Amino acid sequence: MGAYAIKRIGYALLTIFFISIITFTLMNLIPGGPFLSEKNIPPETVKALNVKYGLDKPLPQQYLNYMGKLITGDLGDSLKQKGRSADDIIFTAFPISAKLGGISILVAVILGVFMGSVSALNRGRFWDRLLMVVSTLGIAVPSFVMAAFLMLVFGVKLRWLPTMGLHSVTAFIMPCATLAFYPMSYITRLMRSGMLDALDQDYIRTAKSKGVGKSLLLFKHALRNAVLPVITYLGPMIAYTVTGSFVVETVFNIPGLGREFIQCITARDYPLVMSTTIFLAVLIVLMNLVVDLSYKLIDPRITLQ
Amino acid sequence: MEAFKNPFSLHLNAEDFLPAADEEKQQLIIMRESTTFWKDAWRRLTHNKVAMAAFVVIIIAILFAFVAPSFYPYAYDQQIRGSEFLHPMQYSAKELKAISAGQSVFPHFLGTDMHGRDMVIRLMMGTKISLLVGIIASMLVLLIGTVYGAISGFFGGVVDLVMMRIVDVIYSIPDMLTIILLQVTLKAPLTNLFDAHPSLGWLQAMGVPMVSIFLTFSLLYWTNMARIIRGQIMALKEQEFVTAAHALGASNSRIIIKHLIPNCISVLIVTATLEIPRAIFTEAFLSFLGLGVMNPMASLGSLASDAIGGMESYTYLLVAPAVAISLVILSFNLFGDGLRDAFDPKLKENK
Amino acid sequence: MMKQEHLLDINDLKVSFFTPAGEVKAVNGVTYTMDYGEVLGIVGESGSGKSVSAYTLTGLVDRPGRIVGGSVNFNGHQIEKLPEKEFRKIRGKEVSLIFQDPMTSLNPVFTIGNQLEEMLRLHTSKNRAQRRQRAIELLNLVGVNEPEKRLKQYPHEFSGGMRQRVMIAMALACEPKLLIADEPTTALDVTIQAQIMELMVDLKKKIGMSVMLITHDLGVVSDVCDRIAVMYAGKIVEIGTTDEIFYEPKHCYTNGLLRSIPKINETTHERLIPIEGTPVDLLNPPAGCPFAPRCESCMKICLRQMPEFIQHSETHKSACWLNQKALLEKQEGANGDE
Repeated sequence: MGAYAIKRIGYALLTIFFISIITFTLMNLIPGGPFLSEKNIPPETVKALNVKYGLDKPLPQQYLNYMGKLITGDLGDSLKQKGRSADDIIFTAFPISAKLGGISILVAVILGVFMGSVSALNRGRFWDRLLMVVSTLGIAVPSFVMAAFLMLVFGVKLRWLPTMGLHSVTAFIMPCATLAFYPMSYITRLMRSGMLDALDQDYIRTAKSKGVGKSLLLFKHALRNAVLPVITYLGPMIAYTVTGSFVVETVFNIPGLGREFIQCITARDYPLVMSTTIFLAVLIVLMNLVVDLSYKLIDPRITLQ
Repeated sequence: MEAFKNPFSLHLNAEDFLPAADEEKQQLIIMRESTTFWKDAWRRLTHNKVAMAAFVVIIIAILFAFVAPSFYPYAYDQQIRGSEFLHPMQYSAKELKAISAGQSVFPHFLGTDMHGRDMVIRLMMGTKISLLVGIIASMLVLLIGTVYGAISGFFGGVVDLVMMRIVDVIYSIPDMLTIILLQVTLKAPLTNLFDAHPSLGWLQAMGVPMVSIFLTFSLLYWTNMARIIRGQIMALKEQEFVTAAHALGASNSRIIIKHLIPNCISVLIVTATLEIPRAIFTEAFLSFLGLGVMNPMASLGSLASDAIGGMESYTYLLVAPAVAISLVILSFNLFGDGLRDAFDPKLKENK
Repeated sequence: MMKQEHLLDINDLKVSFFTPAGEVKAVNGVTYTMDYGEVLGIVGESGSGKSVSAYTLTGLVDRPGRIVGGSVNFNGHQIEKLPEKEFRKIRGKEVSLIFQDPMTSLNPVFTIGNQLEEMLRLHTSKNRAQRRQRAIELLNLVGVNEPEKRLKQYPHEFSGGMRQRVMIAMALACEPKLLIADEPTTALDVTIQAQIMELMVDLKKKIGMSVMLITHDLGVVSDVCDRIAVMYAGKIVEIGTTDEIFYEPKHCYTNGLLRSIPKINETTHERLIPIEGTPVDLLNPPAGCPFAPRCESCMKICLRQMPEFIQHSETHKSACWLNQKALLEKQEGANGDE
C-alpha cells in the first residue's frame, strides 16, 4: 500500500510539473506582454511594470521564481484586479464552486447508480427504455444548451427559480441540475451495463444456488461489483465538474472559480491564469489520486504495491 | 415389461435395418448459413433500428451541410439590410414591398439574426464546421493513437513501459484546462506563423481557432485510442499468424500494417466514431467560451452560444442550433454504440 | 403411482429455451430417478442438456428457458409447480451446487468467510460466533489449511483447487440431501482433479448425501458413480450401473464415448477413436435418433424414427435401433426354429 501510494503520488507530482511547464510556456508564447493590449500606456510604464512583476528576466528564471513562490504558498498577484492576490481571488471563489460541484457530484452519483440499477433490472421494458432515452439525451446535449433551456423555462417563462447567483436554496437547483445531468446520464449507462454484466456472472448463479433472495442478490452480490466502473469514472467526473462549472457559473452568473478563470483568460491576466490553472489541475490530479487509492477499499483484487 | 412390446407391432420391415447411406445421413445435418465476421456485423448493424435511424440522420446532416448550401439563395455571411431579427417565415418591410411588386423573395424559414443573416444557411454552415471539426479531429486521433499504440504494443518491454508512462501523464492532465490555455495562447503564434509563411495558406483558410482545436486534439485526445490499440496488438501478436509471418521473414512494420492493424479495425472504427461527437462537444464548449470559430464563420456551438444572450426575446435563434447540435451528437453516439454492438462477439452469444 | 422411495424422480421432463431464432429443446423428454445416498453420473457433450436437466430441480433455469412438460419430484417437493420463494428454501439447504469454474463462481469482492457464512445465515439460526465456528469446521473438512486466516481472505488469494474446495465447503454447509456437481474438475489441473474427486467421495461417505455428477468425461465418473446416464441432444440414450455402461454398452453413442477415452492399464496401443461430426441442431431436432448422422452403424430407420427404450436388465436400458434389430433377429431365429 505504502509503496503504491508513493508511486502514485510521484506520478501526480510529475503531472503537476508538466502542467506548470505547459502553462508557463504557453503563456509566454503570446507576443508582447499582458499590458500590450492597453494601447495608450507609455512604453516606460510598460517597462517599469514588467520590471516590477519580474517579466524582464529570462524565462527559466521567471518560471523558477514563480514556482519558488508557489511552493511557499504565494500564488502571485493579479495583474488586472489591482491589489488582489491570486490566492485571495482563488480562495474567495473556490468555496462557492466546491459547494456547487460537490452537490452536483452527489446528485449525479446517487441518481445515476439508482437509475442505472432500475434500468438493468427492467431490461427491455418501459422504465429501461425511458431511462435510456433520458441518459442518451444527457450525454448529447451540451451543458450550455441545457443551462439556457432550463433558464428559459423555469427562470424566464415560469419564473419559478432565480436565474442568477446562489442566494437561496432554490437558486442551487438549476446550476446543479445542469452540472449533474451529463455525469448522471453517464453513470446511469455505466451502472446499467455494469449491473447487467454482474448479473450474468457465475458468482450470481452461485449465490442463487445458495438460496439468496432477490434483494440480497442485487444489493449485496451484484451492486458491489457493478459499481466498480462508476468508481473509476469518479476521477474524470471531477475534472468534468470543474470545467463544467466554467459554463454553469458564467450562464447563471455565479461568482465561483469557473467564472473567474474565464474572466482572467479573456483579460490575459497571466499570474491569475497560471495560478488558477495550476490550482485546478492540482485539485483534479489530487482527487484522481484519492479515487485511485480508495478503489482498493471497494475492489480487493486491486493489490496496491 | 413395457419396453419389450412386440417389435412387429411397429410395422417394421427388414429393409429398415439396412445401413443408411452417407448422403442420407448428411441430409439430416442442417447446415447453418456460414457467415464471415464482416457479413455478420453488417447484418446486425442493419437490423439495429436505432443505429440505422442515427445513420440516416448523419447522412441528412452531411447533405444539409455540404450539398444544400450550393443550391441555397443566401450566403452564410450575407447581411441583408433591414432584415435583422426576423422571426421564422417573417419578411422585412423591404422584402414585403418586393413581393408585392411581383418579385419572388426566398423565405427565411428559421428567421434571421442580428445582422440580418439568414439562419438556415448559417445553420448549414454551422453543421458543416461542426462535422468537419468532428471528423478531422477524430481522424487525427485515429492516426496518432494507432501509430503510437501499435508501436508500444508491438515492441513491448522497455519501449512499451516508457511510452505508456508518457500516456499516463498526458492522460492525467486535465484536458479542458489545457485546451482552453492552448486556444488562448496559440492564437497569436499561429497568426504570426501564417503571416510569415504564405505557403500555409490552406491552413489559414481553416482559421486559427480551427487549427488550434485540431492541434489540441492531436496533443491530448489520442491517449485513449493508443491504449485500446496497444491492448489489441498485445493480444494479437501472441497469435500464430504473427509467428508465421515472422518466420516468413516479414518486417516489423509490414507485420503491424498488414497483419495486426486489420485485425483491430473494428475497434478502430468504433472508437473513431465515438470520438466524433466528443470533438463536436468540445468545439461547442469552446465556442461558448468565445474560443471557437470566428465570425462570420459559424459552428453549431457558436450559433447556440451567440443566441444565449438574447434568448428571452429571440428564442428561435437558440432552438435551431441547439436542436441541431444535440441531434448530431446523439446520432453519432447512437451509431457508434450500434457499431460496437455489431462488432461485439459477446452480444452474439446472448442472442 | 409413485411412492416416496426415490430422492429424486424426474419424469418426461421437457425444458425449452425460447430464443429469437425459435424454440431450442434443450431437454426433450428425460426420465430418471435417484435414490438416497446414490452417486449418479450424467455424461454427455456440451449442449446435450445434462446441466439444464439438473439445474431445473434448483429453479436455476433462467429466461428464456422454462419447463414445458413433465414432472420433477425432489425430496417431497413438486419442483415444476414450486414458486420462487419456496425454491429459495430448498436451494443450499436440501440441494447444493458446485460449478465448473471455481475462478468465477465466487464473488470477488467478498471474503471467503463472508460467502461461506452467508449460507448458514440463510438457512440456519446460528449466531455469529457459531457460524464462524462452523465455517472453520467446514474448511477443515475440505482440507483448507489455517482456516481462521483463510476465512478473512478474498477469492483471488486462493488457487483454483482451493477455491473448488471452498465451493464444496459452501455447498455442504447445511448438509444437503443432494449435491449437484457440474463439471467440478474440468477447469482444474489433472493432479488437482484427482484430489477434488477423492475429496467428494470421502465427504459423500461422511455426510451420506446423494451426488449428481455432471461431466463430459466418462473417465472421471468410472471410479465414483453407482450409476451412469448418458445424454445426447436433450435425451437420455442409455442408463445403467457403472459396470453395465462400461462393460456392456448398448448404445452406439456410449460405445463411441468409451472408445474415445484413454485406458491407462491397456498394454496394446490401441488408437483412440474420436466421434466424428458435430451434435445436431436443437432448434430443429430430427425425427429419428439424434445421433444417427454421426453413427457408424446408422440404419435407414434410425433417420426416420426415434427408437424406444429397451430394458436390458433391472437397471440397464437404452434407446437404439440396433438393440431392436438384435431383438428382431432373435425372435425371427426363434420363429425359424419352429
